[in-house]
This record gives sequence, C-alpha cells and structure tokens, in this order.
Amino acid sequence: MAIPRFWRETPSRYNLIGTKCKNCDTIYFPPRLICPKCHRKSIGKLEPIKLKGEGEVITYTVIHDGPKQFEMQIPYIMAIIELDEGVRLTAQIVECESNEIKIGMRVKSTFRKLGEDGKAGVIHYGYKFIKA
Amino acid sequence: MREVAIIGVGETRFGEVWDKSFREIGIEAGLAAIENAGITGKEIDALYIGNMSAGKFIDQEHIAPLVADYVGLANANIPATRIEAADASGGLALSHAYMAVSSGVHDVVVVGGAEKMTDVGDVQAKEILAMSADQEWESVFGATFAGLHAMIARRHMHEYGTTREQLAMVAVKNHKHGALNPKAQFRREITLDMVLKAPMVASPLGIFDCAPLSDGSASLVLCPLKIAKKYSDNPIKIASCGQGGDYMALHDRRDICTMNATIIAARKALKYAKKAPKDIDVAEVHDSFTISEILAIEDLGFVKKGEGGKATEDGVTSLNSDISVNTSGGLKAHGQPVGAVGIAQAVEIVLQLRGEADKRQVKNAEVGLTHNVGGTGATAVVHIFEVV
Ligand SMILES: [Zn+2]
Repeated sequence: MAIPRFWRETPSRYNLIGTKCKNCDTIYFPPRLICPKCHRKSIGKLEPIKLKGEGEVITYTVIHDGPKQFEMQIPYIMAIIELDEGVRLTAQIVECESNEIKIGMRVKSTFRKLGEDGKAGVIHYGYKFIKA
Repeated sequence: MREVAIIGVGETRFGEVWDKSFREIGIEAGLAAIENAGITGKEIDALYIGNMSAGKFIDQEHIAPLVADYVGLANANIPATRIEAADASGGLALSHAYMAVSSGVHDVVVVGGAEKMTDVGDVQAKEILAMSADQEWESVFGATFAGLHAMIARRHMHEYGTTREQLAMVAVKNHKHGALNPKAQFRREITLDMVLKAPMVASPLGIFDCAPLSDGSASLVLCPLKIAKKYSDNPIKIASCGQGGDYMALHDRRDICTMNATIIAARKALKYAKKAPKDIDVAEVHDSFTISEILAIEDLGFVKKGEGGKATEDGVTSLNSDISVNTSGGLKAHGQPVGAVGIAQAVEIVLQLRGEADKRQVKNAEVGLTHNVGGTGATAVVHIFEVV
C-alpha cells in the first residue's frame, strides 16, 4: 500500500481513535464523517474518541495462505473483535496458539509492527490483539 | 418499461487459457453470442462489459472500447461502457444493459464479462481479489479474501451448527455438476474425503472450498421482447433485476452470517417478477467459497436461515432435486474469471431454460435466477429469467 495512504490513517491505527456521534451517542471505528443512523443531523457532530482496546472475539480464522507481506507470519490468526464500546474491527491475534483461539475469548489491543513496503521500505505499525 | 429478452449467448472455456490474450477471449465470447443471436452485428446499439480489475491483472484500462474495436464495431462508433463492482461486475453490467433496453434508450445491446487472472502469479492474483474488501481496515491487517469468508464460515458453524462436512458437500456437488459442463475449468468429480483432507487456506476452508483463479469471458445479446422472435426461435425473457448494497467491511455488518445485500436484491427482483423463491427451478448462485453458497441459498429464501448446510447435505440443491443450484458447476468448478461470472451465470440459465443444457439439463425448467456478489457482500445483484 502506498505510504501516504497508510500514513493518513496512523492516528486511528496507532491509538484506536474512533468517532462518537454527538447526536445519537453511537461510537464508530474506523472514524466516520457521517453517522449512518443520523445522516444529515450528524454533520459536524462526530467527535474523536479513544477506545480502550478491550473486547471479545466474534469469529476468527487461521490463515495458511497469505499475502507476501505476511508470509513470515504464516500461519497467523485473524479475528473480528467486538470492543466493549460496541464497535467491531478486523485484526490479528498474536501470542496465541491456533488451538487456543475461541469465539467469545477476551482480548486486548497491543501496538505492533504490521508489515513493511519491501526489504528497505517503510515499516507500518498498528494494532494487533493478545489474550486479555 | 419494455420487456427484454436474451436472444444470444456465448462463452469461452474457463480455466488457465495461457495461449489467449484478454482481447482474444473477449472477442471469442462476444462473437459467439452475436452468431448465436443470428444478428449481423450492424444492429448493435451499445456494448456493456463487466470487468473487475484489468488494470491490475493485465495493465490495461479502458477495456470497453478495446473489446468493441476488436469485435469489429469501431466504425459503428457505438457507446461501450465498462461496469465495475468487484466480482459482481458481470451481473451489474447485465442489469445496466437490461435497464438500457427496457427504458427504450437502446434496442440491441451486447453485454459481456471478461477477466484474465492468470497472467499474474497466484499470490498477486489473490491480493488483487482482496481489493474487493476494505484495503485500509481489513486487508492491511492481513485479512485475505478467503480469510474473510472463513470467518463467516466459522461464525455460521458457531451459530447454526453447520458442519465442516456440510461445507465440503457444496464443493462435491458443484464438481459433480461441473463434470457435466464442457466449458467448466474442472471437469472431474471429487470426494468428500478429498475436500476434508486438502491443505488449509484459511481454517475452516481448505483448497477445495475456494473457487479457482480463472481466465474466461461470457457474453449475451439483449433486445426488446417484442422484436426478439425476429432473431431467435427461443428468446428467454429477463423478468427482473435487483441490486442491494451493504457496509463495505465485513466487521461492520452486525450479522455476518447474513448478506443483507442479497436479501434486498432478491426481494426486489422477486417482487417485480411476481415470483416466490419456490417458483425458481434453477439458480446460479455466487459460490466463491463453499460457505458463500450456504449463505446464498438461505438469503435468497430457498431454505430457512441456518439450514443451508443441512439442505446441502440432504441434497435439496442437487441437479433435478427441489431446486437445482449451480448446474454449471458454479464458480467452484465452472471457474471464477471474476468480471465474467455474472454473465456466465446468465448464459447457464438461458441454456437451461432453452432446454440446451444437455447432460446437466434441469427437467421442465421454466424460471431461473442468478445471484452475483461483490466482495464479502457489499454488492449483490439478482436477475430472474423466464421462458416466453
Ligand atoms: Zn448518530
């Protein structure tokens, strides 16, 4: 992925910053500019909110055939996680054996290296999750 | 709104067609459809083409005029339009062609779908496929296209007790159908054991749970039903089209075991065609992964939510059973040249409704349906077809 495209999203990827709609109190992650519930009424009313990064596994998979960027990590666990604030996201679960992962398992976020643009390229960082 | 008919169909063989270029396969299917329709070519008012990612796969954009040019239509200066909706590009191109004829803007329209996926390596092709998901919030963290579907499968097993074996049975059935289709990429049957013991791609999905990477093209000729008999002895009516959308990322859908886009698209198409799910005799549904077919038969209303696995196990969706699903072999065995899929599905339904499906013919087929999905379900397109 091109460097500017990755860099633009770093605040959210580094610090789990989402947005909260001041009109209906719904929290979103990744950040949104329009609330899908309030539409027009939400314009200008979405404010940044830091998520705690704790939640549970909704579903998961162990990836055995992955993109080049993740080759060295194979097999790795991907999951959809519901954070306690109610938002869901897709992330890797690390420091967890393939046979340990379960739906409903409690997890918390951790700041890790995600990948790099080739051998001499920029290193990307962001969230992964570990057992809570 | 005018009634619209399909008067011609054409299709290349699907698979790794290394000896033919993108433009050659596009021309082959297009010319076959024109010949099948019994038109000279001069009647054609417009061309639509579904294609997901020629820019990434073959470094060529602007492919609609390219195909129009090489099927010999450059002198006619007709409008040629490419439609993109990831793997639903073909189905969506058909919808737009249908609406153009139905509205009266155009009379005779050629609509094709084409993709050349094997000029790049496997790893790269899979990365391009994953671009139909959200690059910034799914793929960047390591989620592959198979991985996202695997997470749907895992949740479906958790919520409804769907078994690994039931998933595998989708692949066994579709290979059985594909073995009867001379255009299919895989023309051999596989056993349950082969699916279960195949190398893992993204658990619980193994290699045989995933549709292949393919080259291929398919094409249709459309015209108003009123004048269809002028060209064709057996025109097939397009009774309706429906399209639905949803959140781009899988994690934003509260119920990841349901594709709302499919439900909406089917509801619209069935209502307009004045049909119920039980009226459908034969359906081509989007089985990019075995779990996708289970979701599709549930969300299209053929079986109750959660019972797709059981229904597959009971043989409800086998050839000449309650509802014949993916008689072509589906994406799994017929092949998955992404942009061509939606058109190839329509070609299969036309052959079935004409009674030209040979060894895989559904008896007394009168009403057919196609279901084409983009990404993990952010787009779904449904068409209903009927004998005249
Ligand atoms: Zn709101």
